[in-house]
Amino acid sequence: MKLREIVAAAGLTVRTASQRLDIEVTGGYASDLLSCVLAKAQKDNLWVTLQAHPNIVAVASLLDLAGIVVTEGKELNASTVEKANEQGVCIMTTKHATFTIICELAELGIRGVD
Amino acid sequence: MEKKPIQEVTKLQELTYELTVGHAMSPKVITVSSQDTMAQFREVLRVNRISGTPVVEDGEMVGVVSIEDLIKALATGELNAIVGDKMCQHVETLYADEPLVRAVDKFARFKFGRFPVVDRDGHLVGIITQGNIMHTLLRRLEVDYREEGIHRYRASHIFEDIIADEAALVFGYRIIGRDFDRAGAASGNLKTTLSRLGFNPRIIRRVAIATYEGEINIVVYTNGGEIVAEVRPDRIHIEVLDNGPGIPDVDLAMQPGYSTAPDWVREMGFGAGMGLPNIKACSDQMKLESTVGVGTRLEITIYADETGEHGRREG
Repeated sequence: MKLREIVAAAGLTVRTASQRLDIEVTGGYASDLLSCVLAKAQKDNLWVTLQAHPNIVAVASLLDLAGIVVTEGKELNASTVEKANEQGVCIMTTKHATFTIICELAELGIRGVD
Repeated sequence: MEKKPIQEVTKLQELTYELTVGHAMSPKVITVSSQDTMAQFREVLRVNRISGTPVVEDGEMVGVVSIEDLIKALATGELNAIVGDKMCQHVETLYADEPLVRAVDKFARFKFGRFPVVDRDGHLVGIITQGNIMHTLLRRLEVDYREEGIHRYRASHIFEDIIADEAALVFGYRIIGRDFDRAGAASGNLKTTLSRLGFNPRIIRRVAIATYEGEINIVVYTNGGEIVAEVRPDRIHIEVLDNGPGIPDVDLAMQPGYSTAPDWVREMGFGAGMGLPNIKACSDQMKLESTVGVGTRLEITIYADETGEHGRREG
């Protein structure tokens, strides 16, 4: 499923790097611990997290993730947005809690990767 | 000049193995009922601008009917016959999880305009035409082309161009302690550099993860340090160096979940005690030496030929 379709179906708000929306999402991973994400998330996965600081951009970029979904309506700080646009990392936000949005993604057919 | 088209064909063939029928199919299937008349079928074709559909009875696919069946019915004046009597009952289908190359083969073999796509339980999940395949391949080539724009640098031949019994490239990165805003820059730059050199993406992933964790350790615990990567065609050796404070108990630090990180670092999602175990998991060899008050030296070796083949990409 394309990121664009997921964004539309799950009602996500695209905050950065909208040129990445045509990417084909290969699965999902959720954690707020960056080391877990590094160990488990795969290329073109969608990462669901509550973290919104600039370091999530580096992690997503190193792993070639499809994008980051920041949950609980958490505000991105300016440097996160700037870095993400610079490095072409698509960040989406949702007011929903992590569990809720993962359920929605699962219904769309996005699966865990482990 | 002769070589280029050949490369492109290879890339397309590769893609037909990588992508599945499910990637290319259209999930919206227009169907007709076996009880519909051929006249109704004609309307379905006209309205949807298509040339054939699967035939469904009680939710099960029982056949396929095409414009050719309609022409035959027209010729014999049987527009009021039901689809069930005029359809082709022998249906060739494709599985959604089959590689796309199966679809390509089938189109060549059967000369049909479309194939219904079913899941492994036999349920109709989509329909695929040659147009779908073309569209999917073109889209994918476009994405790959954009992603691989990086390879325009064509630094990947550098090792071939060097004449020496042994050759290594050395890259150094300075890391500033406590600067979380720039944390990850060194690993990101090393990753980009290795991509430009044409290393296998799986190798690059392992180097990127190991280096990032090392970089974060410097940022979290020290006033700064450096990362030195020595890159050879067959292996990448990385040193992560800092001047303190040092690790009192290296064995303990290596245990998954053990961490001395302060709370505010943990709140950022670091300091879960997973960094060093992650590095170990990504490395072929790892050596950690530390002296309290002096500093820490972490050495990581990752071999570039994990699949037995030459680890660097051709071309």
